[in-house]
Amino acid sequence: MTAVETARDVGATANGGGAVGPHPVGRRRERRLTGATPWLFLAPALLLFVVFKYVPMAEGIRLSLFQVRPFLGDLFVGMDNYVRILEDDRFRSAIGRTFLLAAGQTAGAMLIGFALALLLEGHARSLWFVRSAVFLPVVAATAVIGEIWRLLYYPAPEGFINNILSFVGLGPLTFLDSPDSALWSVMAVGIWKGAPYDMVLILAGLAGIDRQQYEAAEIDGASTWQRIRYVTLPALRPVVTILLTLAAIRGLRTFTEVYVLTGGGPAGSTDVWMTRVFSVAFERNELGIASAGSVLLFLITFALTVTVQLYRRRKAS
Amino acid sequence: MSVAEKCETALGWRSDRSSWVSRGVRVLLCVGAVLFFTGPLLTIFSGAFDDNPDPTKLSVVPDNPSLDNFRAAGENRIWHYLGNSLIIAGGALLLQLSVSVFAAYALARKKFRGQALVLLAVLTTMMLPEEVIAIPLSLVIGDLPVLGISLKGTLLGVILPLGAWGFSIFVMTEFMKEIPVEIEEAATVDGAGELRIFAQIILPLCKPALGVVAVFGFNMIWEQYLLPLIVATDPSDYTLTVALLSLRSDDQVGPGIVLAGALLALVPSLLVYLSLQKSFLRGITTGAIKG
Repeated sequence: MTAVETARDVGATANGGGAVGPHPVGRRRERRLTGATPWLFLAPALLLFVVFKYVPMAEGIRLSLFQVRPFLGDLFVGMDNYVRILEDDRFRSAIGRTFLLAAGQTAGAMLIGFALALLLEGHARSLWFVRSAVFLPVVAATAVIGEIWRLLYYPAPEGFINNILSFVGLGPLTFLDSPDSALWSVMAVGIWKGAPYDMVLILAGLAGIDRQQYEAAEIDGASTWQRIRYVTLPALRPVVTILLTLAAIRGLRTFTEVYVLTGGGPAGSTDVWMTRVFSVAFERNELGIASAGSVLLFLITFALTVTVQLYRRRKAS
Repeated sequence: MSVAEKCETALGWRSDRSSWVSRGVRVLLCVGAVLFFTGPLLTIFSGAFDDNPDPTKLSVVPDNPSLDNFRAAGENRIWHYLGNSLIIAGGALLLQLSVSVFAAYALARKKFRGQALVLLAVLTTMMLPEEVIAIPLSLVIGDLPVLGISLKGTLLGVILPLGAWGFSIFVMTEFMKEIPVEIEEAATVDGAGELRIFAQIILPLCKPALGVVAVFGFNMIWEQYLLPLIVATDPSDYTLTVALLSLRSDDQVGPGIVLAGALLALVPSLLVYLSLQKSFLRGITTGAIKG
């Protein structure tokens, strides 16, 4: 049992499918216990959630309606913060860039993850080893990955990646140093870190496909391409929907990659939603406006999740 | 060539001798994939031990092995940052695991009024991206509700917000639901109290799930960036991952020192990832109860 397969189990749980544990499903008749006992057991979790999730959430919505003035008292401004942030050119272009980055990372990671899953499907021990190795970028902290890629991207012709590119007659490229290529370079790092994660979930999906369908396709004389197109891909649809949602949200909330790789530069060319919010909050100290930006981001991720869920329900029925 | 084997995988990979071309292609692609996904991490290892401050000379094997980078990183307080990271990881993970098993016990083994609401409250936190509440959270940490204490600049300020994690509660709950109720009934007949049933019967059975939740929890905590950044009031409060950036910005230091730091930040993740494989295997074989 590998970590990859563990992640698969957990992934399956997160998808709301299947049992996690090795225990046989016994009679599931929870003992009815009156009184405060359950609440005592729940108290630590609820307390921490209220203080560090729900209070900040409420506070964030409140702040977004106020002009925050330390020592002077906050001033109610209604929707003014929202209007101001949406009229801000730098924020508007950051929003566009965030969507581009999220879409690119999601699609790229999904495609490469799918290719990896097809390549590495199987029970052989050597494949298990390759899967475990390929999974490492998911395990490493984003800040660490940002630091190493920043060095690998070194823009001189002697830089690590430029050196490799020169073998195939490409480059040298400027990567993070030029406004034209910086965003694409950030995107590539996101794909590199995201693809193995997608691979694990797609592998779990592949494992769940009924082998008799493949045999039926074989008997009907279907080519490999037809088999993928008409058997594998339709069977993967639920996994793909989940992955798309997860990856899109992960892309929209991107902060650490950009902060470490470029800090939003050069010339603001990689400034995304969260780095902009961070600058407005902690450099310009406009907490009200930054909160409005955060609330908007939450609404969009929330709407995205709900839309995908509704779409799935409609497809299912 | 067997039809059965060809139908084992979506692409129909075969392992017999007749298909050596397809096997060769597959081996080449696998080698390429491993190089592509582990190569950058390998350059951290070699760069950290390479006494060569030139970012154009990164390689997978160090030219000039030495520990100078770590010595220089030590002068930049790298061990202090590593200490911060480890204390946060240890404290937050312990808290997270305890909070999760307690909450999961109530959610999975009990029936009570408001249960659905609690479950909804937990699931809602999972839909709330951490980044979105970062700004108000920094205010809350600076002035805790009711208590009015500030946790800014303390490690506790990073640990407590990570203490309850919806994902880990959810996984534990799903796992605990599968434990047969007979076990508890037998214990009750034997006169065991609530806490004893929890600690001596349910908890040991949850070992496999604890391993899973622990490794995912560690990853989530080690990945934290924005939270330690907003809690810190002074660079000495930084965790190792946040401090990497300040190591790099220093003019005196070359990339070797950043890489030494990056290596120290990478190794715990790798150790936890690799050790989980064993703990999971153990859990599977010992944790199972035949119904």
